[in-house]
Formats: sequence, structure tokens, C-alpha cells
Amino acid sequence: MAGLMVNGRQVQVSGTTRRLSDALRFDAGLTGTKTGCDAGDCGACTVLLNGQPVCACLTPVARAEGRAVTTVESDDPLLCRLRASFLRHGAAQCGICTPGMLMAGLALLRAEPRPSRAKAEAALGGVLCRCTGYRAIITAICLALEPESGEAAPAGAVGQSVPRLDGAAKVAGDLFGADVWQAGGLVLRAIRSPHPHAAFCFGDLAAWAAAHRAQVFTAADIPGRNAFGVIPAFADQPALAEGVARFRGEAVALVAVEDDGADPDLTGFPVEWQPLPAVLAEDAETAAPIHPARPGNLLIQGRVRRGDVAAVLAGSAFTITGEMQTAHVEHAYIEPEAGSAWMEGDVLCIRACTQAPGMDREDTAVVLGLPVERVRILPSAVGGGFGAKLDLSVQPLLGLAALKTGRPVRMVFSRAESMQATTKRHPGRMRAEIGCDAAGRLTGLSFDGAFDTGPYASWGPTVANRVPVHASGPYRMPAIHATARALHSHGPVSGAFRGFGVPQAALMQETLIDRLAEAAGIDPLEFRLRNALQPGDATATGQVLMAPGIAECLQALQPHWARARAITSATAGRRRGVGLATCWYGCGNTSLPNPSTIRMCITPQGAVVLHQGATDIGQGSNTVIPQIAAQALGLPLGALRLIGPDTAHTPDAGKTSASRQTYVSGRAAQAAGRALRADMLRRLNMGDGARLALDGSILTGAEGGQVARLDLATLPANAMGYALMAEETYDPPTAPLDGDGQGKPYAVYGFGAQMVELEVDMALGTIHLQKITAAHDLGRAINPMLARGQIEGGIAQGIGLALMEEYIPGRTDNLHDYLIPTTSDVPEIESLLVEVPDPEGPYGAKGLGEHTLIPTAPAILNAIRHATGIAINRVPVLPHRLLAAIREGRG
Amino acid sequence: MFAYIQYQPSDPPVSRHARPATLDEAIGLLAEGWQVLAGGTDLYPATQAQSLPGAMVDVTALPDLQGIVQTATGLRIGAAVTWSDLAAAGLPPACRALQQAARQVGGWQIQNAGTLGGNLCNASPAADGAVPLLVLGAWVELAGPQGTRRMPLADFLQGPRRTALRLGEVLVALHLPAQALAGTSSFAKLGARAHLVISVVMVAVRVQMMAGRISDVALAVGACAPTARRIAPLEPALIGLSPEAALEQITAQTLAPHLAPIDDIRADRGYRLEAAAELLRRSLTEAAAWQG
Repeated sequence: MAGLMVNGRQVQVSGTTRRLSDALRFDAGLTGTKTGCDAGDCGACTVLLNGQPVCACLTPVARAEGRAVTTVESDDPLLCRLRASFLRHGAAQCGICTPGMLMAGLALLRAEPRPSRAKAEAALGGVLCRCTGYRAIITAICLALEPESGEAAPAGAVGQSVPRLDGAAKVAGDLFGADVWQAGGLVLRAIRSPHPHAAFCFGDLAAWAAAHRAQVFTAADIPGRNAFGVIPAFADQPALAEGVARFRGEAVALVAVEDDGADPDLTGFPVEWQPLPAVLAEDAETAAPIHPARPGNLLIQGRVRRGDVAAVLAGSAFTITGEMQTAHVEHAYIEPEAGSAWMEGDVLCIRACTQAPGMDREDTAVVLGLPVERVRILPSAVGGGFGAKLDLSVQPLLGLAALKTGRPVRMVFSRAESMQATTKRHPGRMRAEIGCDAAGRLTGLSFDGAFDTGPYASWGPTVANRVPVHASGPYRMPAIHATARALHSHGPVSGAFRGFGVPQAALMQETLIDRLAEAAGIDPLEFRLRNALQPGDATATGQVLMAPGIAECLQALQPHWARARAITSATAGRRRGVGLATCWYGCGNTSLPNPSTIRMCITPQGAVVLHQGATDIGQGSNTVIPQIAAQALGLPLGALRLIGPDTAHTPDAGKTSASRQTYVSGRAAQAAGRALRADMLRRLNMGDGARLALDGSILTGAEGGQVARLDLATLPANAMGYALMAEETYDPPTAPLDGDGQGKPYAVYGFGAQMVELEVDMALGTIHLQKITAAHDLGRAINPMLARGQIEGGIAQGIGLALMEEYIPGRTDNLHDYLIPTTSDVPEIESLLVEVPDPEGPYGAKGLGEHTLIPTAPAILNAIRHATGIAINRVPVLPHRLLAAIREGRG
Repeated sequence: MFAYIQYQPSDPPVSRHARPATLDEAIGLLAEGWQVLAGGTDLYPATQAQSLPGAMVDVTALPDLQGIVQTATGLRIGAAVTWSDLAAAGLPPACRALQQAARQVGGWQIQNAGTLGGNLCNASPAADGAVPLLVLGAWVELAGPQGTRRMPLADFLQGPRRTALRLGEVLVALHLPAQALAGTSSFAKLGARAHLVISVVMVAVRVQMMAGRISDVALAVGACAPTARRIAPLEPALIGLSPEAALEQITAQTLAPHLAPIDDIRADRGYRLEAAAELLRRSLTEAAAWQG
């Protein structure tokens, strides 16, 4: 054992060349230091060694002896100032990178109390963040030592930028999937396929297990149905493969060993592989089917058809055709999947990072052959999700081991496992033709997209259905024929990723619109405005919209557009371009039920308790839903106590996906707040205009000089211990789509438009982003600071999609070769919050989370074309690809 | 039939460690097969294990590997000097490229831990330290059981992950000859993002000007061949030219015979040559202007 001086205290740790991060977390119990990659690529584990930032994952314990180690748990006064600044400026979203950002920021502030943005960006360039887009973090660091404004913090009414309610935990080093476990249990590792397609068989597992003092589990041990999937009708993915592995990284066996701190020894695990030919996306339709029941490897095709598009396009004044190709994109949240499981009586408890506790519970119960009542899901803080933590990852594996052994067990995916084993954005190969009349009115669109869904269904059906519905963009489109096919391959499993295929389709459609406007001789913004959906217009699915805000978004951009397009000068050797793109996106499931239930209660002692089961993956539902509920109830936000997601304590608020939580769970929260208020007013015998107040157990209502009081302590407590309780459910009113995709797929849509200013280095093919102006119609900004955070974070991911991200199995399954944007890759962002209230949304609110990513990449491509005349048809636009296109002068 | 492939997701959990205070002690352990541990920024990413597998000699406490000092023949840089040390040191303008490279290696955290010697011994074709040291005509000093020897850096770097180090030897220092410390230098690297760049191409140029004309010049390119390379055959043709005139001599065509770039996920061969030429031209212009 060695003694280390950590935050001024002596701690005992073991090891010499052991990673300092591991020693801090497991020996010293300081889990605020996060592990994102174990390779120095993400900076989440940044600690200070004698005041200098280092990656704890690359630091031998022995080297820290005799030096001062500072971690996020320190009570350093400057660090406290910085934490407060992070909260004030909305610099923490999911919180997984926050400790690393804080430590690097602390080192910088000690050297330079008021750094420039450039200095701060350089100092934090070694810490990756996937949520915030970095802008708020840099602001929080640069302004950390500015005196706080004397204004009182907002009370948290709807429309106020109250700091996130779970923020204090985020800036202290929150408890994520890997951060809570029981001592004396087991640690679980998966054996994974090194091949994209291979038959396998096991040797003498019992002998190997005995020699390694391990327990081994395979598909043969799974007591239930070894097939899961987010859409039950398509469930086809085994928790552990049976005889054949269908993608590189698929789990085939589990090894559980004593959790004694040693690295599990998996050498010589007895499995033999017979590599088999792998189906590639390009020839999926002619290859032998991966699933015999799905000929042509077609999982599903979605379609929207309206009018005779071929005839319409043939008769159009202008038409443009094009193709677009996108890559596999990795979610690259900084928290690899992790969790722990244990038995409480005969109930299996699983604590893990997830976006969908209810679905986890149902699917895990099916795999393990348990009644759903015997599974409890306790979501941890989630270090980023963006769609990939909707599918099961560690849950059935942990569950199997805990169930079989009866012992507590934990599992943490390595970065490589996280990238190999979880879902990706569907690569798309699209072609389309679009037309308009002589006046620049859109006439029709034909669109076809093939999406590589990998070997298992996951969210492939959702992509195939969402893409045709959104293919028109937020425009009047009299005729359309849009199809999207989800095709199986032996590539990575493609699933949900912020936008479900719509960002890929928007790359196709919004670049075509730009070229069509040029052909028609109309300014690109004016062209879009001319075609923008207006209240009362029907969409391509025949749905009449009451509150489309796309025209308002474009109008909000107009002055910025005029300014930006007037500038023609550029840095020497570069050309300037300004481009634009729009989005629309339906909130909630496509024509399927997706109810949320929220419970709001008050104890006999007068504590207002909100049971809110929506998982906050950084987007802010832990704050926004309480803001809505408090507003509906008519008591201040500060009066609420929050009980977060836990299937034992919160009713099902559905999954955190499809930009549905603010809208759907928000509506349920609004209804619960109103119902509880109505119950209170009835007991006070007062009208809805009364002002409520709480003083201990005494509830007071006052209106027009009349005052009434109710002592809650006199009310009998119900089975849950509450004096009053309201539980309300909301499910969006949608209607099924017919065979031509006609119907009402969503009850609420959000809209947006973004403008990108950039320069292209004509000799190197590099892109230099200068500014992005983003106008988003979110109906009502419940919390403007959190909304801006969603916009900045979505834009950062859009930049990655456009310019650098391409997941190649076996080649880029680390954060070294798989590039996501760093601090200086995200330019200045000006957010314009447009509020066109939707009558269906809570206080008029619409969804925003996914919308923000959709316009960025096509706006970048349109700006590149404005600068160079080159129409790009493949992303990411890596420098060598752009230079080749410039040299060929191809369109 | 089944092909037997042993799957090894993790290393055997055997690790030993020493942090000697003398070079002799370190060499003794290395001769027994122990491995050098310097900054750790390349060793830890290479394993999934929590402790480094094998026996490691931490060389960062060895006085011989520390410090940047003026010697009778030039400048001596200890191999365990970190990037942050290098960036903060007061060095002549000829070393500017080296200091620019030091500020662009990984992030701040990597710069605080990673060492110049470790970067060279790791022998990546894209090693950030190699190109600025090549234009400075650097020599390496190696110490081993048979004593000390020196050789040009260009001979030390033998290929991807291959150096001239023999069993028991450790890289002790870099020596920059005085005649190469004249003039100014500039470094540039290119990748698809702003920080934590894994370079597609990197270059360094050192130039000495006299009355507006180039009197001495050195060019080097990284990530375009199995090792970083000095482009010495092209250099004499630039002597006596103005910087503007010299630019015409640096093209993808004139570089091609001296480099061997590959196609990979980051770029293709043709782009690497074009970008190397463009970055060399820009760096030459910048270095000359900085001096002028």
C-alpha cells in the first residue's frame, strides 16, 4: 500500500503501475474522477498533480507518491467559484465530462484568472464533451471570477432560466453507472466476437472456469427468451449469441470473477471461431438473408405517397436530382455503458445508465424469464445517451449473473466494447429528385433511401417510417413518393441516434432545395420562406398543422442572412460561404402510443413530492418537468421534492427519446399539477383564481380578500403516505398511417432553421467554421438556458456528422481515431428562440432535442457549395475528399 | 472447419515496477528485459488492463534524462523532458518549430506527462517530435550495457514502431548541433479537428535568411513515410532564392520521390503529398517572415 496526498488528505492505495484513476476510484472511493476511455483521449479523468492537469488513467500510482493530487472532490475555494459558474452558465448537461472540465479549468484559472476564450479553448482542448457544444463551458471558465449579479435567482416559473435542479450533483462528480457497486461481489466481463460474422463453439468451459476461479455463462444459461428488441414485433437480438455471431463485438459469453481489484484474466478462453462471409450494406439486397424470414435482407420499408410525382416532376419548370451518402456515426457519449445488479428477496435490481427504464424492465424480464414485477430498474445518472442507451446493453447480462449466482455483480464496458457493441446512426444511401414551378413553388419530391440497419432490428423500423414522413422538409409538397428501406448487414447494429434517420434525409433534401432555388433564380432563404408550411397547410402525410413555426424561424434569420451574405471578403487563400438549412421533426412515437404518467403528491407534513420517471440524460427533464408541474400546481418550484426515475417508485414516463419528454411527460406533469391543485381548491372551497401557499402542514388559499386554510395533517395518509395525490397520464393523439403513409403520425412538431458562415481553404480542403446562427421554434421555452444548451449541443454533433465522424469497425473503435469535435471545432453560436405555441403542448411547448442537430450538416454543405460551387454528396467532408472534389470541379 | 483463434481481450495481470535514481541501475534492469516507462501516454492506451503488464523501469527520475542545457557543441535536451517543459523553455528561434509542436501534442494533460524521448522511441510515423528535430539536425544519445553511443535521429528512426535501440539501451538525450540552431523554424500539422489532432500530414521548416535570400534551409515531413523524413535533396536548390521564388520549388511532384505516403482512413496518398507541399510552403513563408 502506498500513501497518496489527495485533496490535502492522506489516502492509502495499492499498486505501482496501476492507473491512478483506478486507485482513486476503488481504493480511495473518490468516484468523482470519471473513466471515459482509459487511453488519454477524452480527458474525463483529469486530475491535478502538483497543480498541473494530467490524465489519471495514464498516470502510474507510483508517480503520484509525494505529490499533491487534486480531484473534483476538493473544497478548493477557486474550484467552488468555478462550480457555481458552471451552474450559472448551464455548462454541465449530463455531467460526465464536468469533473475533467472543472479540473483543467481550475489549473487554468490559477495561472490566469480571466483567460481569453482562445486560451480557455486551448486549455480545455484535451477534454471531450458530447452534450454542450463547449460554448457554455468556455463561458463559465472565462467568467468564473466575475462578480455574481445582484439579481435574485429566478424562482423557476415557466419561461425562466433556473439552473438545473440536479446541477449541484453534476459539478461535484455525479454517480453514474460505474460509480455505485457493492463490495465483495462479482465483476462481469463479456467475451465478444472478433469477426463480423462467424460460427463459434466452446471448448471445455467448466475446466477453464475452474482454472480461472471464474463462473461462465452462455446463451444456454438464459432462462427466458433470448431475443430482445425495442420494438417487440421485431425483437431479434440475443443477449448472448447462440452459435453464430453476426457483428464484430457481439457478446457470446460472460465471465464473472471475484471483484478483488485485479484485472480479470480472460486469456485462453475456450472459444473457436469459424469466420463466415459477411453481408455488406451495398449488396444486402442480393445477398443471402441474415434472417431467413426477411428475404432480400429487408427488415421493413416505409413509404409516403401523395399525387403522381413522376408526372408532376416531368411538368415542373425546374427539377434537380442528386445523391447523398452518410457513414456510421457513433454516439460517443463519454460514459461507457455500466451498471450493477443485486437481488432483494426475489426481486432483481439493476442499476445502470439508461434512457428507457420501463422498456429495460420489460425486455430484461422477458430474457430472464421473470415476471415483470420481479425486475426493478434504478437508472443511474446517465453520462450521455443520444439514442444508444435506449437499447439494452449491460442490463440482461448483469441480470443473468445476479440471478444465477445470487450475488451482487457489476459490469463496466471498456471504450472499445462500448463502441463495438452498441448501436450507431444508420448509414444512408439516398437519391432524390425535386421540382418547382416558374414562381419557385415546390411541385414534388421523389426520394428513396437505403439504410444499413446491421444484423438486428433495433430502431430500424422507426428510421424507415420517420424518414419518408419527414422527407419533404417543413414545406408544402403537393406530390411526393418517398421510400426508406432498412436493410440488414453484418455491420454494427444501427439504432436510434438523435433524429432517427431524419438528419441523413435532411442532408439529401436540404441540399437539393438549395440547388433548386439557384436553378429558379431565387434567394435560398426566400425560396424556403415561399414554401414554408403555414397554419392550416397539410403536410405530405395529409395532416393539417395548426402551429408550424418554420416561417417565423426563417424570418428570424433574415437580418442575419442579409448581413452574412453581404460579406464577400475572406482570409487569403480561403473562400467564404454562407449556407442555410431547415428542419421539422415530429415529437413522440410515429403513430404509436407512447404515454407518460406523472404522480404529484403532498404529505400530511406539507411536503410536495413529484414522482417523475423521465430519465434526464443531460437534456434537462429533471428541471423542466418540475418547472411545468410547479407552474400548474401554483406553488414555487423550490417547494417541490423530486423523486427521480426508479421503476419501484415512479410511474412510467416512457423513454427519453423522440424529443418527447418536455412535450409528453410535460403534459402529464401539467395535468398532475392541475389535478392536485383542483383537489386542494375543492377542499379549500375556492376557485381556480386562488393563490396557494404552504406553511408547514398548513395549506392556504387566498383570492380577493378571502382566505381559506387546510391543515394537511388532519387528512388521512394513503398507502404511499400522502395526504393528497394526483396521477395523470398523457398520450399524444395520433392516427395510424395508411399504406401510402397518409395520416397523423405526430400530434406536435418542432421547427428550426440554421445559418452557417464558414471559409474553405482552397489548397488544403479544410473547413473553418466562423459562426452558426440557429433559430428554433420550440413553442414555449420552459427554460431558455437549457434550451440554448440543447441547440449548442445538437449543433456540435451536426458539425461532427458533416466534417469528421465515420465509424469503421475494428479501425476507429476508440476516441483517438474516431474524431468528435473539440473545444475549438465549435464556432460562435447565436441562438434565436422562436415561440409559436402549439395548443397541444404544455404551455405551448414543443420538442427541441433532436431538431437542433438536423439542419447543421446540410447548412454546412450548402455553405461549402456557396463558397466553392461544389455540391458535396458524401459526409463526412474530410479534407482530402473536399480537395479532390475541388480539383475535379465536380458538382 | 473451425480455425482456432485465441481471443485475448486483456493482458495477464503481472506487473513489476522500479523507479531507479541512477542510469546504471536502469540499464541493469533493461538488460534483464524490463521495459522503459516514461510519460506513459503511449503505454497505457496500448492495454485494457488497469496496471501495466510486465516489468517497467520508470526513467522519469533519472537526472541524466532531465533538463535542457547549453553545451560546448550546441543544446542538450534530456529525453524525459515533457512537452510542457519544452514549450515553456527559453530556446533560440530555430527551436520555435519544436515548441510549436510541443503545444500541439494531444491536450494539456498529455503535454504535462508525455516526454520527447518517449515520443521518439514510440516511433510512430506521425510522431510530433520528429519533424522539428530533423530540421534541427538532432542526434540521439543512447546509453546501454556497452556504454554510450550517438547517432543522427534520422538513423535512429527505422520504421513504424522500430528504432535503433538495442536490448538494454535507453534514449538519454537529444543533441542539437550549434550550426543548426541558426535561423528560425516553423511547424504545422493537419488533421480533421482543432485539438487532439492525429495528423494527416505534419511538416517543419528551418530557414536562415541573408539580405532577403535563403542562406540555409531544412525541410522535414511526417506521416508521409514509414518514418518522418528530412527532405535534404530538395534543400540546396532553395539556397540563394527569395522565399517567394523558393515556394515554386516545393510541390507534390518535387516531394514525391522523397516520400512514401499511404492511403488510409484519414487521407489518401495524393492528398498527403499535396498537403505536405502546401504546408511546407506556408511554413517556409511564415518562418522567413518571422525572422525578417
